[in-house]
Amino acid sequence: MRTHSVSVLVTALVTGALVRPAMVVPAAPAGAAGTIGGKVTYTGTPPKMKPIDMAKEPNCVTQHAAAPVLTENVVTGPGNTLRWVVVYISAGDQGSAPATETVRLDQKGCQYIPHVLVVQPNQPLDIYNNDPHSHNIHPLARVNPEWNRSQPAGAPPIHTKWELPEFIPVKCNVHPWMHGWHMVLTTSHYAVTGEDGAFTLSGLPPGKYTVTAWQEQFGTQSQDVTITGGETKTANFVFKATPY
Amino acid sequence: MGKLFALVLTIITVVSTAIFVLRVWWLPADISAHGPQIDHQLMETMVSSGVLFVLSQLALALFVWKYADRRDGRKVREFPGGATPMVAAAVVLVGAEILALTLVGSKVWAGIYQTPPDPNSLQIDVQAEQFAFYFRYPGPDGRFGAIHPELMNEATENFFGLDPARDTTARDDIVVPTLAIPVGRPILLTLRAKDVNHAFYVPELRIQQDFVPGLVIPLHFTATQPGKYEIVCTQLCGLGHYNMRAYVEVMPQPQFDQWLKDKAAQQ
Repeated sequence: MRTHSVSVLVTALVTGALVRPAMVVPAAPAGAAGTIGGKVTYTGTPPKMKPIDMAKEPNCVTQHAAAPVLTENVVTGPGNTLRWVVVYISAGDQGSAPATETVRLDQKGCQYIPHVLVVQPNQPLDIYNNDPHSHNIHPLARVNPEWNRSQPAGAPPIHTKWELPEFIPVKCNVHPWMHGWHMVLTTSHYAVTGEDGAFTLSGLPPGKYTVTAWQEQFGTQSQDVTITGGETKTANFVFKATPY
Repeated sequence: MGKLFALVLTIITVVSTAIFVLRVWWLPADISAHGPQIDHQLMETMVSSGVLFVLSQLALALFVWKYADRRDGRKVREFPGGATPMVAAAVVLVGAEILALTLVGSKVWAGIYQTPPDPNSLQIDVQAEQFAFYFRYPGPDGRFGAIHPELMNEATENFFGLDPARDTTARDDIVVPTLAIPVGRPILLTLRAKDVNHAFYVPELRIQQDFVPGLVIPLHFTATQPGKYEIVCTQLCGLGHYNMRAYVEVMPQPQFDQWLKDKAAQQ
């Protein structure tokens, strides 16, 4: 799945080396931070997301009476964009400060909100139950210690954290359709795509980076991007989708 | 004091008998074709054990009333031959009753569980897992897709481990968390367990059957009354056992056909 755009990069560098000396280009201040932005899209036919029947938990049926919730493993937007893709610097990060702000995960209407959340190691994570019934949150961690806790209605939030980098699928033991991801990343340069599939990784000092995009069903793709100053580079990702 | 105890014994006997005779605690109304046999057998068991219960309790109360407070120092008379023949007689008597009930009851049970299903049964596959039930209908092609346990994935709602990418018969399989069945048509359920033992229990259908991992257990019945009834797991299967339930919706054939069509469109 790893797509190297080395040839593109080489071409760009060579072209730049040939053309630039002849042009008057205002030099970026030394050490100015650059940005990598782009869009995540798919080609082909993605799987059809199914409506989730929550009959077992009548309260959740009522909460979603207007429109049933769909599965979220491949969420698309207009223009073949992909939502819930985590784009991050997987190599070349020149030091990310530890994150201290608390990340919040809600359980509401028998769904994990957000579906995909990113935390850094040891970043505080609070898990709330907003439903009038129990949930049983079960992160299927393999590198970090796996745990499994029941959270009845009205229970205080669970204060927790993840210590080691890992992509952790999370499920609810009483509502099998509930599914989410905790992405523990060492870098602070990450983005989770919205419906427009767009991402921006800013504040990148000059250097050579590997940018990786992860989608829960389609896997990962990576590109190498070099930032030479206060510039914005584009890195688009295209995943190949199949209906089944 | 002995008389008070005798009185309490009598009150307990009368109240607990009344609870059953007046049907204060009883099974919900039967909605299955085979249910009358079960209910008949249950009634026979209740009556025969109930009569013995009442007689023995009242005999106990009578003896307590009559003899507990006697302080005339007369020697207590023993059962002829001592305790051993008395216990042996009780074991034989009670054993004979239990054996008789078992033999008659097994015949009824086997008549329901050990008979082949109607060849025109509607077959529905049932998967039990911690802590939910899922039901699978074969879809318009009338065939079930093969099951691949390694492909089971709750996140993609692939509860049965289907492989629609390679198996075209799996593509139209209808997987739902509610069991819908047409009224009056024989139903054949095939029970599978993904993880541990579970049970399929619908009191109104007079059906209770365990799921055992590794076994595909057939279960057949015919529902006679439309309505919505609860399916509960009656095998302690883990932390979320209390919340392991689903519903069976018994509906007229045309409504069922429409329901199946709607669900097929969502697959």
